Amino acid sequence: MAEITTENKDGIHFITVNGEIDAGSSIYLDDALKNALGNGEKKIVADLSGLDYISSAGLGVFISHLDEFNQQKIQLTLFGINETVKQVFDILGLEKLLTIVESKEAAISSFNE
Amino acid sequence: MSSTLTIGCNKEELVKIRQFTSDMLEEHHVPDLQAHKLVLAVDEVCANLIIHANDCNPSSRIEFDIDFRPKQIVFTFRDKGTGFDINEYESPSMEEIVSSRRQGGLGLMLVKRIMDKIEFSTEKNHNICRLIKMYP
Repeated sequence: MAEITTENKDGIHFITVNGEIDAGSSIYLDDALKNALGNGEKKIVADLSGLDYISSAGLGVFISHLDEFNQQKIQLTLFGINETVKQVFDILGLEKLLTIVESKEAAISSFNE
Repeated sequence: MSSTLTIGCNKEELVKIRQFTSDMLEEHHVPDLQAHKLVLAVDEVCANLIIHANDCNPSSRIEFDIDFRPKQIVFTFRDKGTGFDINEYESPSMEEIVSSRRQGGLGLMLVKRIMDKIEFSTEKNHNICRLIKMYP
């Protein structure tokens, strides 16, 4: 239902999320972010281009780490969110809290701004 | 026209209720973006009932019904768990959620923003939660 893979490349930690993130599978996303924190990653990109569905449980994972990311100066950028998933972010106004861009290239260059 | 699905209180059952809802909305030609939001609201309420009202007890049951009425769609949940009226729940602000580093609190906020009306009642030993969405 949900498949999460991670990769480190050129100093950036990529988390790729495929499938559906709901109350049952959000723990895998949480684990991926906690591992990144534990490994001292400072630049994290979440590739959501294969994400078909996200409920509040998945959104809550991103939001619950925001404060810690800010304190530890960790940058998180999301990209590839499809139209149906994006409207869920929009309903809660999460585009104001999270860095969301269209493409992988834009995500990588977001760290240079 | 109304359709019913009964599930056990197990988080793995959420995918069934989403698929069922999605299929019914497609059958009634509800546009994709709108349907996605309605499926989400149903999923949120159901997750809440499974986790909080029924402690993920797989032998507990939730009966879910979708009723397509003139000008409105009514989603009804019936269960015997701990009763909880969403209308009485005051969602925390986004600032509170961020600063408390909590993962919960967004689900019912979503439900309230997506649905036009939420009703809660208790009949005999059943809790009944109804989500109502008006459409033109």
